[in-house]
Amino acid sequence: MMNKSEFVYVTYIRTTPQKLWDALTTPEFQKQYWFGAYTTSDWKAGSSWDLRFSDAQIVDAGEIAESDPPKRLAIKWRNEKPELKAEGYSLCVFDIEPAGEVVKLTVSHGMDYPNAKTIHAVSGGWPKVLSNLKSLLETGQVVLGRY
Amino acid sequence: MDKADKVFKALADPNRRMLIDRLHAKNGQTLGELCKGLDMARQSVTQHLDLLASANLISVQWQGREKLHFLNTVPIHDIYVRWIGKFERGRLQALHNLKQALEENDDDE
Repeated sequence: MMNKSEFVYVTYIRTTPQKLWDALTTPEFQKQYWFGAYTTSDWKAGSSWDLRFSDAQIVDAGEIAESDPPKRLAIKWRNEKPELKAEGYSLCVFDIEPAGEVVKLTVSHGMDYPNAKTIHAVSGGWPKVLSNLKSLLETGQVVLGRY
Repeated sequence: MDKADKVFKALADPNRRMLIDRLHAKNGQTLGELCKGLDMARQSVTQHLDLLASANLISVQWQGREKLHFLNTVPIHDIYVRWIGKFERGRLQALHNLKQALEENDDDE
């Protein structure tokens, strides 16, 4: 039995670990596949982190829990909407592993209790963002321009 | 086999679609939980899960001593974009709504 709320998304991308790391941590790159959204952080463990919409409104905030470029990045992630903020921090982990000619990206996003609304809220967004990220790295173009 | 071929083949079996639905209802289940209430041998469930994993439709994570299965919707989303999204989404949705209203079909819940 799992007493957590968690999603695990996996995608294989024809790129290098370093390029994928850069795509995940560079605002100008993020805006292209994240529907205009971008993050601010220096990506060092313990540093602050936030995710903003294109109008600079902060949607999620937290801190870097773990940073091991270009292999693993973990973010303590809290949605700033009052009803979701009350749930506290979720943990979002990016694992980057070379897999032959491609790179395997695993995104797991979870919280320590069942049926967390925060996790439900992010579950629909990740597949769109990851599809776009894959397409952008492999072809230079995104598949979905709008969220 | 091409990646999309694997996904379509994986989705072509009703038992595998049922397993996907069960993981959609509750993510992160063990093999034991997934077998519960099913009229299928544990070994068959294992084989279906392996095929789903090779199509990247589920991912597996060890948490402590438990092997948990997670639904990975990224390939389904890719198919949606490639094979559904570009073909007149609006009209398809209207037809789908009509069919659902007429048949009171809740198959897609």
